[in-house]
Parts: sequence; structure tokens; C-alpha cells
Amino acid sequence: MAPLDKNDASGSSADKGAADASSPDPLEIPRLSCGAMADLHSFEAAPEHNELLGFPGELLPNWKEVAIAKMGELAEKNRAFRVYLDTCVKCGACTDKCHYFLGTGDPKNMPVARQDLLRSVYRRYFTFAGKYFPKLVGARDLTREVLDEWYTYYHQCSQCRRCAVSCPYGIDTAEISMAAREILDSVGVGQKYCNEIIGKVKKTGNNLGLNPKALRATLDDLEEDLLDDTGVEVKIPLDQKGAEILLITPSADFFAEPHIDGLLGYAKVFHSAGVSWTLSSYASEAANFGMFIGSYENMREVAWRIRQAAKDLGVRRIIFGECGHAWRVAYSFLNTLAGPFDFLDQNYPIPQHILEFTLDEIESGRLKIDKSKNDDYVMTFHDSCNVARGAAMGREEGGQFEVPRKVLRAVCNHYHDMDPDTIRENTFCCGGGGGLLTDDLMDLRIKGAKPRMNALRKATEEHGVTHMAAICAICKTQFSKVMPKYGYGMDRIMSVHQLVANAVILEKRETDAAEKPVAEEST
Amino acid sequence: MLSTLYAVLFYVATILLVVGVTRKVIIYARTPAPLKIPVSPAPRTRAGVVMRMLREVLLFQSLFRSNKWIWAFGFLFHWSMLLVLLRHLRYFTEPVWWWVSLIQPFGIYAGFTMLAGLLGLLARRIVQERIRYISGPSDYLMLALLILIVLSGLAMRFVAPTDIVAVKAYMLGLLRFRILELPAAAPLLVHLASVAVLMIVFPISKLMHAPGLFFAPSRTQVDNAREFRHKTAWADQLPPLPDDIPARGES
Ligand code: SF4
Ligand code: SF4
Repeated sequence: MAPLDKNDASGSSADKGAADASSPDPLEIPRLSCGAMADLHSFEAAPEHNELLGFPGELLPNWKEVAIAKMGELAEKNRAFRVYLDTCVKCGACTDKCHYFLGTGDPKNMPVARQDLLRSVYRRYFTFAGKYFPKLVGARDLTREVLDEWYTYYHQCSQCRRCAVSCPYGIDTAEISMAAREILDSVGVGQKYCNEIIGKVKKTGNNLGLNPKALRATLDDLEEDLLDDTGVEVKIPLDQKGAEILLITPSADFFAEPHIDGLLGYAKVFHSAGVSWTLSSYASEAANFGMFIGSYENMREVAWRIRQAAKDLGVRRIIFGECGHAWRVAYSFLNTLAGPFDFLDQNYPIPQHILEFTLDEIESGRLKIDKSKNDDYVMTFHDSCNVARGAAMGREEGGQFEVPRKVLRAVCNHYHDMDPDTIRENTFCCGGGGGLLTDDLMDLRIKGAKPRMNALRKATEEHGVTHMAAICAICKTQFSKVMPKYGYGMDRIMSVHQLVANAVILEKRETDAAEKPVAEEST
Repeated sequence: MLSTLYAVLFYVATILLVVGVTRKVIIYARTPAPLKIPVSPAPRTRAGVVMRMLREVLLFQSLFRSNKWIWAFGFLFHWSMLLVLLRHLRYFTEPVWWWVSLIQPFGIYAGFTMLAGLLGLLARRIVQERIRYISGPSDYLMLALLILIVLSGLAMRFVAPTDIVAVKAYMLGLLRFRILELPAAAPLLVHLASVAVLMIVFPISKLMHAPGLFFAPSRTQVDNAREFRHKTAWADQLPPLPDDIPARGES
């Protein structure tokens, strides 16, 4: 049995455990533990935060009618929603794929069971079988308890799409979870963490509520650090009109560790490439939590700021910093939401990922690298779920896996992949994605990180891996919080561009580097 | 009397099946997908997507990667069913097409492998705790119905041989809107009735996974969002946003 179905707890886990008792199995399947996470209900948003996003402040008196109408509207407007609710055959292939199920054992965290929370109601009101034979097809009425259950379990899904890869019909629970959150918002039950953050972006341009003055001051400090560190005047320009490149990066890059080190890495790469670039205070945020709450309108509004900033600053290219879901919105949605970008230079991908840029610089030989600078680290790479399964890089299929690995191998001497079932398209979410990176969900975040942490442990035991690199602000924050729970220091998570920054050899220049075009830089 | 009853049943079932599935497919096709959501890594070209779908439809690629047991039983069941269905063409054609005659011997035994696949799927549904948790009455009934169809079909051949020539005459008659005599043999009546039930529930049940598969944006979309702007009518009608940055309060 074991070789045919190695993921199956009901039979093979015993002999497996005996074979390698020391190495934890990242794919170990727990027994069902009904209701294990039923009480973990993340904080609901205050009325003003819901209203700022165009939602009712509090639960509407006629919430039930509104919710059902919204469900109907989604079925009209979104093919994925309609088709996914119809086509599931309950084969069970997805049941052991969710990190939250693997970490908690709560059966409602199995992807198909999570979908069913909503599917059961959809069937009741929108399908023949559910209207006339509800018991037979598991259809149920929409009640307050059901609404609460939705809130609870649709905020225990990080929309990572690992289940979608495994489903024979491509059913993507993330789409259902986004839709559920949209329905919840439309009746006045929003989530505090997501809705507050979207509100901040709308007011200040970033998730932190950082105003332009404070942002400039932070960047000045970083420039000083860079000068002290390298002896070279590496600039981090803000709102510089006429720059060639607009860099859109998650605001965590301005203040959190190890994110900042990534930002310093981008600055060094741009400096060494000799291109002019700038950040924007108006669009000082790559993250777009509009996706998490499934709100097309809010997502469009947040994304639109990038278009406005690009036009206002007169840039010719847009490059995104290291952020997972932001890259999904950028790569897959930006053209739709805020395009067409006919005013940008069409010779470059729109938008481009910083890793694509850096890899070009490395491969062309323009970026000088001293790999030995990273010899203290034995690295591995955590594929961020949204990059792995919701976006791409480069020109080849699967470029989102190769580009970061090529960069890492170019700047580090010691690199090893983790268990193949936990990387690339099979990667596990860090446990904090999809709008769950909030302290009130800490219990879930720690448990949800288990598969990844076990895979890392295995890599540590097998290859002596010491550090893990990531390209997502949420992953980085999440890991620096939960790694200590799994016996790793919080500094064991690194930005990919942090490693680039360590290895880059900067040359002092006499002229103002920022004004020089790229071509003249090649050696 | 019996012949007429079954004739009506089959006409009704056929109409419900065709109209029901067509209606659903039209709805699927008309419902827009507002965003590019292929599950990546995804093909960058249309031709690549066609290949991806072929691998899904013919080999159940994703299922193979995610669960070997379900894949094995599902694959066995579906491919056996295809053989069995093709074999059944002999009851609706005169003369029988050459390739239908060719697969006839395999088609007969495919009935057994189809049964094996179904029993395997049923066993997993019952034995495997996680799948039992997500299974509802309709999921068991659907398997039971399929098993009934197979068993009654096999019984017609191996237990109580039915006058298959008369059955064929009856079927050819139905195709020409003429109702001939249907042999009143129990396995045959059960077989035909359960097939008719399956046809009727097809459009209102999870059997819609068959056509639905071709409308899942996660698999059918091309990964080319940066190159081509994906647009949707309803999204185009949203109120326009300002292109320049409005004056800011703070500096
Ligand atoms: S999208 Fe990710 S978090 Fe959500 S159910 Fe699927 S595997 Fe779990
Ligand atoms: S893998 Fe797909 S069809 Fe199977 S149970 Fe999960 S969602 Fe349903």
C-alpha cells in the first residue's frame, strides 16, 4: 500500500514513521478532529472600516436576502464560482492538500469541506436538486450559524491554491473563499485585518498608513546605512519625476526585518545597473488586499494607484519588489484592472518582477558578484504560493520557480531544495497568507506553518540547511514570527535580495550614476 | 404497455439530458471570467492549453499526481465505461460499424473492470475517513446507481441471457419513432430504467463535472496576462477612475 499512496495515513503512516523516525514528514496526515478550529474567529471590522470600502457598516437587518442575492450575482459574474460549485464530485483528492488541515486536523479545513460550507447553501437556493431534495444533496438553509461558520472557516483559508493543483477539475477553493468573503462584506460582516488595511491604502497609499514625509525620512536613514556599509552613495529615490523605473514594493520593505535588507538589495542592483528609478509615495504599496476579500472594485481601486503614479512620474517601466500576492495581482490582474499600459516602454514586460531584472543583470555579467560573501549560509528557497500557482516569471512555463533559484545559485555557494512535494507548484503556504497575518489568528498561523517547517527540518537534517529565503513580505513576516516555535531563530528567514545585496560588488563612480542609461554600463 | 412505458421514459430522459446539459453549457459559456486565474505553471499558448486539457481528460494528470488510489479506480472506471458505451453502439446501428464489432469482446469484459473501479471508489468512500466525511447521500446513491447499471447489464449476459436481437429491434424502432415489443426480462428492465434515471439526473447532479471540466478557468486559460489585456463586459462598465493623482492634503 505504501508505495501507491504514500500520503495516506490510514495504513501506511506506521511503517513510514518507523523508517525515518528522526525526520518529521511534512505531508503527514492527521486524524480528523472535528471542531478543532471552530472557535477561532478572527476579529470583525468596525463599521467605519467596512463603510470606507463601500460595504454596510454592520450586519444588515435583511442580510439573508442580500447574501443570497449576492450569491446569485457572483454566479452571473464569475464563471469560476458557478462552475466550481457545480462540478465537484467529492472524490477526496484535495482532502489532504491544505496546510491548515494538515496542521489542525479540523475536517472543515479540508478544501472540499471548506467549499461545501458555501456550496450547501448555493444548492439550496440555486439548484433544482437542492430546492426539492435538500437532504439528498446536503443542501441547507442560510442561517446566522451558517454565516458565522463561513466567517470562521473562510478566514482559515489563505487562498494558496494548493488544493486547486490537486483537483481533477481544477476547482480552486481560493475562488470560493474570496467569494464567501465578498458575500460576508456585502452584508456588513468584514474582517478587521483586511478591511482596515485596505482603508489605509486608500487614505495614505500604503498598508502602514505611512505618510510621504515619514517615508522619506525612513529612506534617508536607509541611504545612510548603505553609505556606512559600502562607502558608496546608493540612493533610494522617492517621487522622482522622469525616472526610468517605478518600483512598487510592499510597505513592509520599509520597516520590517528581513524585508528591509531586500529593499537595500534592490537599491544596490539598480545602482549597479545604472538605471534611474524611483518609489512613489502615492503608490507606496505593492500589496493589494482587495484580492483577499474578493472585491473586484476594491482591488481595482488599489491597483489603479499604480497607474496614476506611473503616469504622474512619467516613468517608462514598472518593477515589483518581493511580494507574493502582490505579484499575482501585478502579473495576472494589473493589465486587466489598470491597463492598458500603452504609455510604458513596450520592450519590457509590464509589469516586471525585480528578480527578472536582477537575473538579467547577473546573466549579462553587468552585476558583479562575490558568492563567498554568503558562505555562512546553507540556503533553501520557499516558493511563495501566490507566485508559484497564481503568477509566473520569465518567458518559459515555470519561470517563477527557475528565476529565483537561478538568482540564489548565482549569489550563494550552498543551496539545496526542500522535499519535492513541498516546493514549486506543490509548495505550502507559509501559513499567514490570504489576509490571515494577524495576531488574532496566531494559533492557526503556527499550526498552518507545520508542513513547511517540517520540510525545512528535513532539509536541515539532510543537507545542513541553515536559512530559508523567500520573495514575499507576508511569508517573511509570518516565518520570522513562527520559526521560533519550530526551533529556528527568527533571523533564519531571509529576503532573496538580501543575499543578492550581500554578494554584490559595488563600484564607486565619479559621475552621477542615476542618469546613465543601461547600455553604457555593460563591460 | 411495458414497451410504451419504456419508450416514453427514454424519449423524456433523452430530452431532459440533451436540453439540460445544453442549457448548463450555454450558461457556463456565457458567464464571464473577469480575471486571469490559470493555475500556474500554465501554458503560455492556446496550443499548450489544448495539450494540458488533453492530458487532464485522457490521463487524469492532476488526479494522478495528487492521489494514486483515486486515480487508479477512477481511471479504470472511466475508461472501461467508454469502452462499454462504444460497445453499446451496436444496438443502435444496422449494420454495425466495423470498429464497434472490433471492440465488442473487450467491451464485454470492460463491464467487469468498470465494476471493479466503481467498487474501489465506493470502498474508498466508506473506508477512508476523510472521504467519508465529505460524502453525502447523493454521492453514495450515484455510485449505487452506476453499480446497478453494470450489474444488471452483466446479468443480461451472464446470468439470465436476454433476447438481445429483440432489444436491438426495439432500440432501432425507437430511433425511427416506432414502438416495437420489448422483451419483459427483469435484468433488462432494471438496466434500462437505471440508465434512464442516470440520463435524467445528469444535468442536475455532479455528473456535470464532465462538461464542466472544459469551463474551469484555472485550467483552460492561457497564461498571457502581461501580453494581452483580459477584459470583461461588466468590468468595463465600472465607473472610470481618474488618470492623474488628485491633489493631496498632506505634503
Ligand atoms: S486555497 Fe490553500 S488554504 Fe485554502 S483550502 Fe486550498 S489549500 Fe487550503
Ligand atoms: S479534488 Fe476537486 S472534485 Fe475532488 S473533492 Fe476536491 S474539489 Fe471535489
